Amino acid sequence: MTSDLFRFAAPQAFFPLAGKLIPWFWVLAGVLTLAGLYVAFFVAPTDHQQGEAYRIIFIHVPAAWMSMFLYVVMAGWAGLGLALNTRLSGMMASAIAPTGAMFTFVALWSGALWGRPTWGAYWVWDARLTSELVLLFLYLGFIALKSAIPDPVRADRAGAILALVGVVNVPIIYFSVQWWNTLHQGASVSLTRAPSMASTMLLGMLLMALAAWMYSIATALCRVRTIILERERDAEWVRMTKDQMRAAA
Amino acid sequence: MLQAFSFIIRRELRLALRRKGDVLNVLVFFVVVASLFPLGVGPEPNQLRAMAAGVVWIAALLAAVLSLPRLFAADYADGTLEQMLVSPQPLLVVVLAKAAAHWLLTGLPLALAAPLIGLQYDLPAVALGVLLASLLIGTPVLSLLGAAGAALTLGVRGGGALLGLLVLPLFVPVLVFGAGAVTSTLIGINPSAHLSLLGAFLAVSSLIGPWAACAALRVALD
Repeated sequence: MTSDLFRFAAPQAFFPLAGKLIPWFWVLAGVLTLAGLYVAFFVAPTDHQQGEAYRIIFIHVPAAWMSMFLYVVMAGWAGLGLALNTRLSGMMASAIAPTGAMFTFVALWSGALWGRPTWGAYWVWDARLTSELVLLFLYLGFIALKSAIPDPVRADRAGAILALVGVVNVPIIYFSVQWWNTLHQGASVSLTRAPSMASTMLLGMLLMALAAWMYSIATALCRVRTIILERERDAEWVRMTKDQMRAAA
Repeated sequence: MLQAFSFIIRRELRLALRRKGDVLNVLVFFVVVASLFPLGVGPEPNQLRAMAAGVVWIAALLAAVLSLPRLFAADYADGTLEQMLVSPQPLLVVVLAKAAAHWLLTGLPLALAAPLIGLQYDLPAVALGVLLASLLIGTPVLSLLGAAGAALTLGVRGGGALLGLLVLPLFVPVLVFGAGAVTSTLIGINPSAHLSLLGAFLAVSSLIGPWAACAALRVALD
């Protein structure tokens, strides 16, 4: 069983598997998004403090969750590639990074849009906002380092080292920023939400989080397939796959 | 091993003394950046006092980023680094010695010059002492984590700006605790908590930084 699974560590074996899995993840992402949006807009009640503006959390919170989770997943793949020297791991890390950066940006952007009506400002130097911004910089640094090194093997390893250093530092940065904010100013604006949340709100958020998860897997798999093709373009199996596809079409 | 360590440090210092400009330029850059802020925000003393620590620390971070690309570049270009890698001495010793020499040549002078800038910003004497202490504890972090960034960007095009993008986010805790120590002194809070946390981060980065730098050097010289 395990040897069967490890077979897919080879890009050649993983390429068709990913191709078969991608449609399922797209379907799941689509269905979950529709269900989540339905709950978010038609079932969840209006918040008595924030009115309708709160509904942006159905995008904002899942995006923020995914942004942090994907960084850990990316660092995990990177570390695996560094330890076991598998080619696919580095490609997976490269494939996940843009999606992670996108979710980080969406979390910041939707947070700003929510902050304007709720706090009266697009941007507040709150601990969570600031550490999310630093996370975006870490993603951008990872992508920039990888794209600056032409040799893919060296790029994968250098990126992996950076991702591991980053993942150790993320909690330290988070707590330092939290400390910084609490010392500088009293909690004039607090992100702590109301103690209890209507269960339908939670349901909508969870559905959207699962949708974001499925979307991330689908895009990462799509991207990793193109990376595989790009790097293995001289391999025999790529030529054969191309011929097969041409014959099928 | 200790011998190799002190030998590399002495070598780095001797090389730096032969080209004093490189070291002095970083120091002058630091002073110039710190002196520009009052011109930009106005000479109001209360405002300057409040922002002094942050300005000094950010100028120190920028000066460190500016000096870091040279940490391994010359030895990489002429093949010395490769010889160090194949020598019987552990690479970790080389990296630690280079980081230590980098601190002696940039971090230490910056820390010693910082109280002067503090005076320009009208900081009281206690705060000047805390500023010096925070820089003495914090600047080694810049050399240790910076060594990893310098090794990762070794021989990469556009290395300088990329190095800044890689290491500046990692320096956030140093900035927060370093500047925080001075700011808390100004409002009458004991800065020892900040300085202890800064020391803790120094301990963590002395584990992560050299390890990552060694791994990155092996990748670069592969």
